[in-house]
Amino acid sequence: MTERPLTLRSGAEALAAPLPPLLAEAEHLATTVIVGDHGRRRAGLGDTFWQYRPAQYHDERRHIDWRRSAKSDNQFVQDKEWQIAQSVQVWVDQSASMSYASRDDLPSKADRARVLALASAILLLRGGERVGLTGGLLPPKRGEAQAAQMAALLSEDHTDDFGAPVADGMLHHSRAVFVSDFLGDIDAVERALSEAADRDIRGALVQVLDPAEEAFPFDGRTIFESMTGAMRHETLKAADLRDRYLDRLARRKDRLAELARLSGWQFHTHHTGDSASAALLWLYSALERRS
Amino acid sequence: MWSLDPIAFGAPWLLLGLIALPILWLLLRAVPPAPLRRRFPGVTLLLGLSDDESQTDRTPWWLLLLRMLAVAAVITGFAGPVLNPQDDQPGSGPLLVLVDGTWADARDWPRRLDRIEAALDNAASDGRPAALVQLTDLPAEGPVFQDAQAVAQGVAGLVPRPHDPDPAAIAAWAATLSGDFDTFWLSDGVSRDSRAVLLAALENRGSVRIFESPRPVFALKPPRYEDGAISIEALRAQTGPDTEIRVDAIGLDPAGVERRLASEGVIFEPDAKAATLDLSLPPELRNRITRFEVQGLSSAGAVALTDDALKRREVALLSGGNDREGLELLDPLHYLRQALTPSADLVDGTLSDVLLANPDVIILADVATLSELESQDLQTWVEAGGLLVRFAGPRLAASDVSRDAEDPLMPVRLRVGGRSIGGAMSWGEPKALAPFDADSPFFGLAIPDDVAVNAQVIAQPDPTLADRVIAGLADGTPLVTRKDTGQGRIVLFHVTANAEWSTLPLSGLFVQMLERLAVSTRPAMPDMEAMEGTSWMPEDVLDAFGVLQDAGALPGVDGARLAQMTPAADMPPGLYAGEDRRIAVNVLNADSTLSATAWPARIPVEGLDVVRETPLKGWLLGAALVLLMLDILAALALSGRLRGPRAGVTAAIVVLAMAGLPTPPQAQEAESPAPVPEEFAVAATSNVVLAYVQTGNPRVDEMSEAGLYGLSNILFQRTSIEPAMPMGIDPETDELAFFPFLYWPVTADQDLPSREAYAKLNRYLRSGGMILFDTRDADLARFGSSSPEGQRLQAIARGLDIPPLEPIPQDHVLTRTFYLLQDFPGRHASRDVWVEAAPADAQAAEGMPFRDLNDGVTPVVIGGNDWAAAWATDETGNPLVPIGRGMAGERQREIAMRFGVNLIMHVLTGNYKSDQVHVPALLDRLGQ
Repeated sequence: MTERPLTLRSGAEALAAPLPPLLAEAEHLATTVIVGDHGRRRAGLGDTFWQYRPAQYHDERRHIDWRRSAKSDNQFVQDKEWQIAQSVQVWVDQSASMSYASRDDLPSKADRARVLALASAILLLRGGERVGLTGGLLPPKRGEAQAAQMAALLSEDHTDDFGAPVADGMLHHSRAVFVSDFLGDIDAVERALSEAADRDIRGALVQVLDPAEEAFPFDGRTIFESMTGAMRHETLKAADLRDRYLDRLARRKDRLAELARLSGWQFHTHHTGDSASAALLWLYSALERRS
Repeated sequence: MWSLDPIAFGAPWLLLGLIALPILWLLLRAVPPAPLRRRFPGVTLLLGLSDDESQTDRTPWWLLLLRMLAVAAVITGFAGPVLNPQDDQPGSGPLLVLVDGTWADARDWPRRLDRIEAALDNAASDGRPAALVQLTDLPAEGPVFQDAQAVAQGVAGLVPRPHDPDPAAIAAWAATLSGDFDTFWLSDGVSRDSRAVLLAALENRGSVRIFESPRPVFALKPPRYEDGAISIEALRAQTGPDTEIRVDAIGLDPAGVERRLASEGVIFEPDAKAATLDLSLPPELRNRITRFEVQGLSSAGAVALTDDALKRREVALLSGGNDREGLELLDPLHYLRQALTPSADLVDGTLSDVLLANPDVIILADVATLSELESQDLQTWVEAGGLLVRFAGPRLAASDVSRDAEDPLMPVRLRVGGRSIGGAMSWGEPKALAPFDADSPFFGLAIPDDVAVNAQVIAQPDPTLADRVIAGLADGTPLVTRKDTGQGRIVLFHVTANAEWSTLPLSGLFVQMLERLAVSTRPAMPDMEAMEGTSWMPEDVLDAFGVLQDAGALPGVDGARLAQMTPAADMPPGLYAGEDRRIAVNVLNADSTLSATAWPARIPVEGLDVVRETPLKGWLLGAALVLLMLDILAALALSGRLRGPRAGVTAAIVVLAMAGLPTPPQAQEAESPAPVPEEFAVAATSNVVLAYVQTGNPRVDEMSEAGLYGLSNILFQRTSIEPAMPMGIDPETDELAFFPFLYWPVTADQDLPSREAYAKLNRYLRSGGMILFDTRDADLARFGSSSPEGQRLQAIARGLDIPPLEPIPQDHVLTRTFYLLQDFPGRHASRDVWVEAAPADAQAAEGMPFRDLNDGVTPVVIGGNDWAAAWATDETGNPLVPIGRGMAGERQREIAMRFGVNLIMHVLTGNYKSDQVHVPALLDRLGQ
């Protein structure tokens, strides 16, 4: 049984290998967005000064601001700005279909999805929010250590062909981010979204697609296989399928957008051929949006 | 071999393979292209989609056709097809291949060689021995029959000859024939008497086949000069409809490059055998013509060489007194011009310009001294065959030329001063001419009574003098002397070329003498008797293709043989040079005629065209390869591999494989063009620019630059001259003509200018430029004789064309061009500044303070006052170098500046101020 620690070790190292680059890339991406203050613009619990107001009867004596009160005959209390932290839960599709990249110079969809998710998590963490993963894998917490843990969990690859969003263990009234290519079963997405809507969870759907999936640049006699090879489709003239494929893809996107609209979510399609920061900006503003 | 009229097959059974093609069609048709596997996550969206067309699982018909064609090409190719198979009736017995090999053959010689090779190939494949004989180059005895392959190897070395075959030799050779053989005769298509004899002899031995080219034969007769035009007669052998040929006149252009000088069409009337072209050309062009050619015909017969009979001599006239303003009749060249204009082309210009034109004759009228460079060039020209004719005159008599030692450019030594006879102050009578000796070139010319000589230069008695005299006076003194130098000659007339010293130029004898001296001649073809015994060396000879070639070491030809004008092996057509003239021998002479061959009807005559066997195997296999390559592309396109992510790579590999070539080597970088001195020229000419000669000593150059800068500023402030920034120039490389004025500080270690630079400087000085030489040594040693700079200046000036000098006279125009000056100081204040000497006969007009020095700008000013230092200022105008002491020094600087202003004014306005002496006369004429 001498192999076991060794394989464990090497496996762990292989697993940890992408972590620093992933984190670094996500951090790098996150610096492109400047975080505004997360204040609520009204008095409440918080650390920063909001306003002075005359002391009322219900105010405890210890709350009186002596420095201000000494300037006049009245007694003043210092109100703080109301600051609350939100919980954001992230689900990233780690299935085999995400590992597709049509050209060598393009990142795979999974890479782009992880970077996007982690970068938005880092931004949120910096803004003082609590960030976690869905499915009870990582409960929402604050702090930088959470990002490292998230990175470790996101680096795993799953073996199933297509992934489905996991809506278990999500906190009520929190926010969520689902990143996937959404090429798998649409019903699973619908179920997850309705569950989220039940719990009053708002969030964003980010569909990451490869340019080849958007353009279908194929021709001739071809056998198309899914990434694990479990599904296949043979055609004699791939070019003839292009229009119908694109039609189906458009309908899939419409369906996703409609689902999102019904449940109060935001939907966005991102291509790996485009810049990641545009998608990050969209994602960040989608999460900032008040419902 | 199985034949289908134009095509035959080497292995016809292989063609049965074509039957397999339909089977292949069915097989290939059923097999669709192999599918391509692609990973694609979007497959979920594709599930359930079906293909619209169900036929694409079969190979498309056009791809099938492509492959069928490729396979068919391979099968046919290996079956060994041959285009135009040769299956002549094989003859038997030896074969004699007979070639005329004359100039008329040269027009399609390569095709004739092909035909000979084809005949020998056939003979070889039939196992017949063969022999190859050229009629213009007959072997000593009859044909020697060898293996035809061995004979074929000698075909490439066969060369046509630029002349006709010798009839006597042909008759002799025909007599030696023996044995039985067939003859294959490649005729050149020109009728000759010798053919009948030979044909009869050959027919006695076996069958004769004649091959004759249908291309017409054209030839040119020698050009003649008639009534101011050149007349050339063109001949053709075959009569027929009207035809036009173009005749080019070829010659050297002024740059010495051979080019077409004129081109005219010649039209043969229908059924006419001859046509004449009259070409009227300016003499300049006519003299350059070296030959006439029929355009596009490479044959010696189509070339007519010209010789001296068409030429007019080019005569350059130069006289000593260049800028004299004199009466026309006193011009030393006037009578020469009158005598020569009708019969020669005259060239004017400076000696160096004239030498470039390489005239036949140069006449120097009373030119005494030449610069070292010029006399060297002149000597080279004479030795290369030029004729130099000199006339005496006051200058020559006064100079030291050929006084102590014989000048290489003079035939004799001269005594001091010459003599004057029959003048007011002498005792004797004007002398008449003595009759010419028999060995004089003037022998036979009648001497008019009225030719008398008043004055002449006298030859120094000398052992060689007697040989050199070709004309003398009645008292025995030489009048004309001559010597040979190299290939050229130098002739001296001991009198002037105008009527000042003798009446000779006024007489008709003068013209005749010039003609005898070959100054002006139009030679006619000498007759046979005159040619007898002379020897003529070939200079250039024509080959059969009409190309002029150097004669090399060909032996000379006797004059009598040359006069026959019939080229043969011992006298190829070309240019032959005799003692004093050149004669052209052309393929045709003035009496030649051309006519086509007329063979008896029994002799088969075939055209030159022969179809050769062409194996088609390679072509067919190549076509199959191309088709298969196309098939690769088509298959890739059909299976979608020419699209999609890696399509570019695939396509590149396929294209590279088809091209079968590596990427071409990178083109060499274009050479960076040499810097164009255009900017320099623009900078130098857009304004007046003062220039100095760079000495290579940085301090001196800086001082020159600063000095000219200061002077330019002063000029700008005080005068209407507004110079631009001064420039430093190098006479070796820079163009001098842009600058009116050069300041040349002389340093002791300066390099002497090169030959080219001297030529440039001399041209500069002659064309009105001025150089201020400054030895900067205050002329301490007086006359610049022994200071190092002075010696250097002498060395530099030796090669320059500098006129006699004198210290600036009181009334020199330099003293009053802008300021009135009598001193010309710089940093030093020496008085010795030298300029061109005034003419000896300059006279002060009545009541005028100045002499009438009506000449040009002095080309040089020489001094040692270090003017640049006195002129030098920095950019703010502060002087750089202290001059003298106190106010006196400042005064000296001011005078130096004024000298600079005067100098530049003098350069730019010339003798304008000198003309002021005429102001009273002008005012007088205006009536005031």
